[in-house]
Amino acid sequence: MSGSSTSFPWLSVLALIPLAGSLVLLLLPRTGELVKHVAFGVTLAAFAVSVAVAVQFNTGGGFQFVDNYQWIKAFGVHYAVGVDGLGLVLVMLTTILTPVVVLASWHDAEEGRWSANAFFAWVLFLEGLSIGVFIATDVFLFYVLFEATLIPIYFLIGGFGGAQRSYAAVKFLLYSLFGGLLMLASIIGLYVVSSSSAHGPSYLLQDLMHVQMSQTTGRWLFLGFFIAFAIKAPMWPVHTWLPDAASEATPGTSVLLVSVLDKIGTFGMMRFCLGIFPEASHWATPVVMALGVFSVIYGALLAIGQNDIRRLIAYTSISHFGFIVLGIFAMTSQSQAGAALYMFNHGISTAALFLITGFLIARRGSKMISDFGGVEKSAPVLAGVFLLVGLSSLSLPGLSPFVSEFLVLAGTFTKSITAAAIATFGIVLAAIYILYMYQRTMTGPVRESTRRLPDLNLRELGAMAPLLVLLVVLGFFPRPALAAINPTVNSLLHHVGVTDPPPTVAQPAGTTHGGGLR
Amino acid sequence: MTLLAAPAFQAPNLAYGRLSPLLIIFGVALVGVVVEAFAPRELRYQIQSLLALAGLVVAFISDVLVASSSPFSSSAGTGAFGGIEAQGAIAVDGPAMFVWGILLVMTLVSVLLVAERRLEGGLTAFAGQASALPGTEAEREASARGIEHTEVFPLVMFAVGGMMLFASANDFLTMFVGLEVFSLPLYLLCGLARRRRLISQEAAMKYFLLGAFSSAIFVYGIAMVYGFAGSFTFADVDNAISSRVGADGLLLLGMGLMGVGLLFKVSAAPFHSWTPDVYQGAPTAITAFMSACTKLAAFAALLRVFYVALGGARWDWQPVVWIVAIITMAVGSVIAITQTDIKRLLAYSTIAHTGFLLTAFAGAYQGTIVLTNQVSSLQAVLFYLVAYGFSSIGAFAVVTMVRDSSGEATHLSRWAGLGKESPVVAGAMALFLLSFAGIPLTSGFTSKWAVFTAAWEGGAWPLVIVAVVMSLVAAFFYIRIIVLMFFSDPVGEGPTVVLPSMLTSAVVTVGAAVTILLGVVPQPVLELARHAGEFVR
Repeated sequence: MSGSSTSFPWLSVLALIPLAGSLVLLLLPRTGELVKHVAFGVTLAAFAVSVAVAVQFNTGGGFQFVDNYQWIKAFGVHYAVGVDGLGLVLVMLTTILTPVVVLASWHDAEEGRWSANAFFAWVLFLEGLSIGVFIATDVFLFYVLFEATLIPIYFLIGGFGGAQRSYAAVKFLLYSLFGGLLMLASIIGLYVVSSSSAHGPSYLLQDLMHVQMSQTTGRWLFLGFFIAFAIKAPMWPVHTWLPDAASEATPGTSVLLVSVLDKIGTFGMMRFCLGIFPEASHWATPVVMALGVFSVIYGALLAIGQNDIRRLIAYTSISHFGFIVLGIFAMTSQSQAGAALYMFNHGISTAALFLITGFLIARRGSKMISDFGGVEKSAPVLAGVFLLVGLSSLSLPGLSPFVSEFLVLAGTFTKSITAAAIATFGIVLAAIYILYMYQRTMTGPVRESTRRLPDLNLRELGAMAPLLVLLVVLGFFPRPALAAINPTVNSLLHHVGVTDPPPTVAQPAGTTHGGGLR
Repeated sequence: MTLLAAPAFQAPNLAYGRLSPLLIIFGVALVGVVVEAFAPRELRYQIQSLLALAGLVVAFISDVLVASSSPFSSSAGTGAFGGIEAQGAIAVDGPAMFVWGILLVMTLVSVLLVAERRLEGGLTAFAGQASALPGTEAEREASARGIEHTEVFPLVMFAVGGMMLFASANDFLTMFVGLEVFSLPLYLLCGLARRRRLISQEAAMKYFLLGAFSSAIFVYGIAMVYGFAGSFTFADVDNAISSRVGADGLLLLGMGLMGVGLLFKVSAAPFHSWTPDVYQGAPTAITAFMSACTKLAAFAALLRVFYVALGGARWDWQPVVWIVAIITMAVGSVIAITQTDIKRLLAYSTIAHTGFLLTAFAGAYQGTIVLTNQVSSLQAVLFYLVAYGFSSIGAFAVVTMVRDSSGEATHLSRWAGLGKESPVVAGAMALFLLSFAGIPLTSGFTSKWAVFTAAWEGGAWPLVIVAVVMSLVAAFFYIRIIVLMFFSDPVGEGPTVVLPSMLTSAVVTVGAAVTILLGVVPQPVLELARHAGEFVR
């Protein structure tokens, strides 16, 4: 299916809409609300195009909407885009979250260093680059976009946010650049490996997936990619930039950072680490699974101890990313389908958590849990939404993260009972950190400072509504997402050369072989 | 036989057409000297600047004509084209013509900076009367009368002519002549700053003394290699090495000494110590010219000497170059962090970039360039120098525009809040810095990619790892300046961005355009560098 060009370049258009929109925003007047309306309109247009792509997507598997043009001949680089199920799900996540972020951040940019135009222009720019990252099927193109996303997010963190934002932005940037440069070394290595192959140098994913390299080379190159993705994801012990960045950035920026950009890490592990280095991925599995399990527990424990709401959410994300990585490297069809779905669900759930706490923090002017109490009496709707979102974060059955977490654990169980058993504790700890936070902020006697907190207004409800709907609907009916993901996972596992362990109990008739939930 | 009956004089056979770019530049430089002597003072600026620009344009056109008419010869099997001219003294081959063309274009851009007059209130940035002592009545009088040193134009032309000769020399003597012809005008130009004349003169003095030392060491090395091979010609030295007829000790000593001389010119550590002082003291237009053109010419000569003449002894020099590359990257990146002066910082940055370039040089990957698309060391280095040169000239052009009452505000603290004062100028500077840091979609990324690839293909992958780590260190101080410009509040009155004339604006625009173009569509220039082929032997 690859190598051909579709009649209409859907994906390129999808990436270009926000990029062009960001330029338009810079030309608009600095005063008035016009810029926000235009930004919102652009993100809705991108969403509409992504829906059109999703509707036309064939769940049969493989890369679709493929475009392929030669870009830099000497480097073997192509402008090659296409989506498989995994890419589509993450593109949808991006296009769903960006309008929500624009709506939720309506007034957030006003205290920033620059105008609202700059804020929304960077947001749109970031959306375009993120879509580009998820649709790139050329490793070089992917890398270029991967690194380019650092620029908008750097200015978003550094320009709009708390007192320590400059420090947080630089810390984030240096961590990311370090990972990126290691990956650059690996990418150069890939060029050297592929240039000695029969078809000459090529960075196309489909060529690299079949390139011959020695075991040692493969493992070293794998490490370059993996460390970069582990920093991005972020995994323990390279996670320390995330709490700082998430704590200092505006809620909208945090959403884009944690829900969208950090997914590039886990997305890259699946597509590039497993796709290009199957042997090295096997080799690294024990260590990576151990790190994943450790991240689950470590993130959860630290989350319990936080007094800063935003840092707490950042640590919950580290815990959740541990689950995703665990699912990817357990390498069963269930666990990987769960991990892929978890990327989407975690994006929605964490975005909702950042935004609702953002509303709360903006009302009170403090992000410390100890400054709150009894909010459920003064702002009942806010408290209700907060509870629902919190429950989704602790994977309550009936809400979408539960499905993915269950799949990850069930899939991991067949590979490593120890890892699955320890990771299951993460769910218990999740209940503690969420409910403990809820208890301290929402229940109890009404404080003087929280007595007159206004409830959610219409705009804020409008921003939260799509996220809540998705949390509930995908909790009961995850099939559309899984239908897109499963073929990708199955072909990936086939490429890696893994088959699911045979079931120890007789399979009831009618269950499809090798599938997750369908 | 008496002396009078000596054999008839044989006129050398010169292909004037193929040497025309060189001859035009030297001709224009000589005419410039005459103009200085005979033209009335008030007309000199116009005549000199137009003469220099016209000379550069004509020389460039003739370079293009020569390059497009040179027959492609793959007789050596390496894809080298062009030939050896001027009785074996000058190699007019693909790399030489490529370097000539780029040198001419980059000099053209630098001359625009040299000719800028609006920033200093109607005068050039060069001392009115360099012979007057700083702070004396004579100096004040000179600037009050609006005296300018228009000699800078012929000096720049001599310098670029020398660089062209240096980059295309085919024997060691011609190379040494080229070295001196471009070095001497540069020593002089460094001391001609209108403002801060003491530091400028100090820079000139240091540059002259250290440069003279390094030239002497270079000549000493030539003598040693002559003792080994019995010839100055690169091809003969190569033959002598492959047959190992001479004494190895002489070769090793000569190689080392010549290496020192050349590495001094590319400002590789530990021969880099002149760079920050000279870059800081020299008039900024000259700093821009040096950072782009000297580096290009010196690297072209370095590669020619070590690949063509000393290629057979590569097992002897490669390990040393590895070490030098590592030291250079480390020194440039790490010391730059502590700098507080933008010009010194850019000087250390240029040292770091020399280190990155040396990785490809150390890799010495020749590739099978005619057959496949693999990136050869030569191609990568040439591409890198083009990309770096334009970004560097652009960055120094920005430096000339950020001023306070005492001239250029080069102290970093004066750059705080520049993003508020002038978003466009600060944005352009940020673009150049991002390019230096190697962020994708800028020329710095593609060029870094090219040199690291060439290094890895040549087996120098540990160097690539070191280079990648050092890139991160370097990124730290580039980003620090961006932070300073955009995220800090101005201290005191803050910097002012003086609106320059069309000349400097054009330089910044060209620099920014090339930086983005080579980042997004590097293929044409890469192709050109590939088409230049290998050195002719």
